[in-house]
Amino acid sequence: MKWATRAGVHIDRAACAWLIRRHVDPDAVFVFVTDPSAVTADATPFDMRGVDLGHHGGDCTFETILRRYELHDPVLWKIAEIVHEADIDDERFDAPEAPGLDVILRGLSMICDDEQTLRLTGPMFDGLYEYHRRALLLDRPPA
Amino acid sequence: MMSARRDDGIGQWVLLAYRIPREPSRPRIAVWRKLERLGVARLGDGLVALPADARTREQFDWIADEITEADGTAMVWLGRPTTTGQEQQIATGMRIARAAEYQAVIDEAVGAQAGSGAERTRAVRRLRSELHRIGRRDFFPPAERDAARAAVQALVGTDILDSATEERA
Repeated sequence: MKWATRAGVHIDRAACAWLIRRHVDPDAVFVFVTDPSAVTADATPFDMRGVDLGHHGGDCTFETILRRYELHDPVLWKIAEIVHEADIDDERFDAPEAPGLDVILRGLSMICDDEQTLRLTGPMFDGLYEYHRRALLLDRPPA
Repeated sequence: MMSARRDDGIGQWVLLAYRIPREPSRPRIAVWRKLERLGVARLGDGLVALPADARTREQFDWIADEITEADGTAMVWLGRPTTTGQEQQIATGMRIARAAEYQAVIDEAVGAQAGSGAERTRAVRRLRSELHRIGRRDFFPPAERDAARAAVQALVGTDILDSATEERA
């Protein structure tokens, strides 16, 4: 399936692309547009103004996708808290990782195109997932 | 800040023009709070502005959506003031607003100086968060910024560092 989002990806869009590929659509192809009207009919738009998969009721797009696709994995919801704070920074959650992740993504977006950013952040989110999966199992920091 | 500057030094601004129903008041107040948190310049009734960068443009986009969902109307524009004087006037207003916030941090830090090690540790934690929040909306840093950072750092005495090391050990 084709998925469209705004060019110049940052934390929420990078995390959503990872989430979509890992948990929604393994064959996902991503296109990046600068104007919402450039999204073609065959693509599902996300993290753009006025689309279903966007910010709603205080949620960031990552949280919206978890709700829409009924993903109840507690590890994903833990990552959602980090993405929420890195993206919105409204102190709804205690996510000390968020400011660091925000800076890493902003830096990457300065030196990479969107394809590269997704390629580089994929393993990062895989690692974040594994860390929090173990933390949840052990009920304490795993390392 | 990555706001695009032209040769004449005038930067690009992102503007949010909006109307939101007076009632219900909850979404209206939520929007107001978000705009305050972003440190917007209020240019007129229902017209706010920030220096344009990737983050401020995106923040206005989401707030515009939120206003639309609350049965209001919202448009996001990019623009430049026609004269440096107008821009300086807005920037000065924003700088003064931030300066007052930094001054409040300085006052609190000075007030916390006499406290015990534990009290000062708590004050440092709280004031650093506050500095982070102010920094996020500080587009034209006033002199008080460095003074506030220094005042909070001055609370971190050697006795605090010792107790933090003990906690970790």
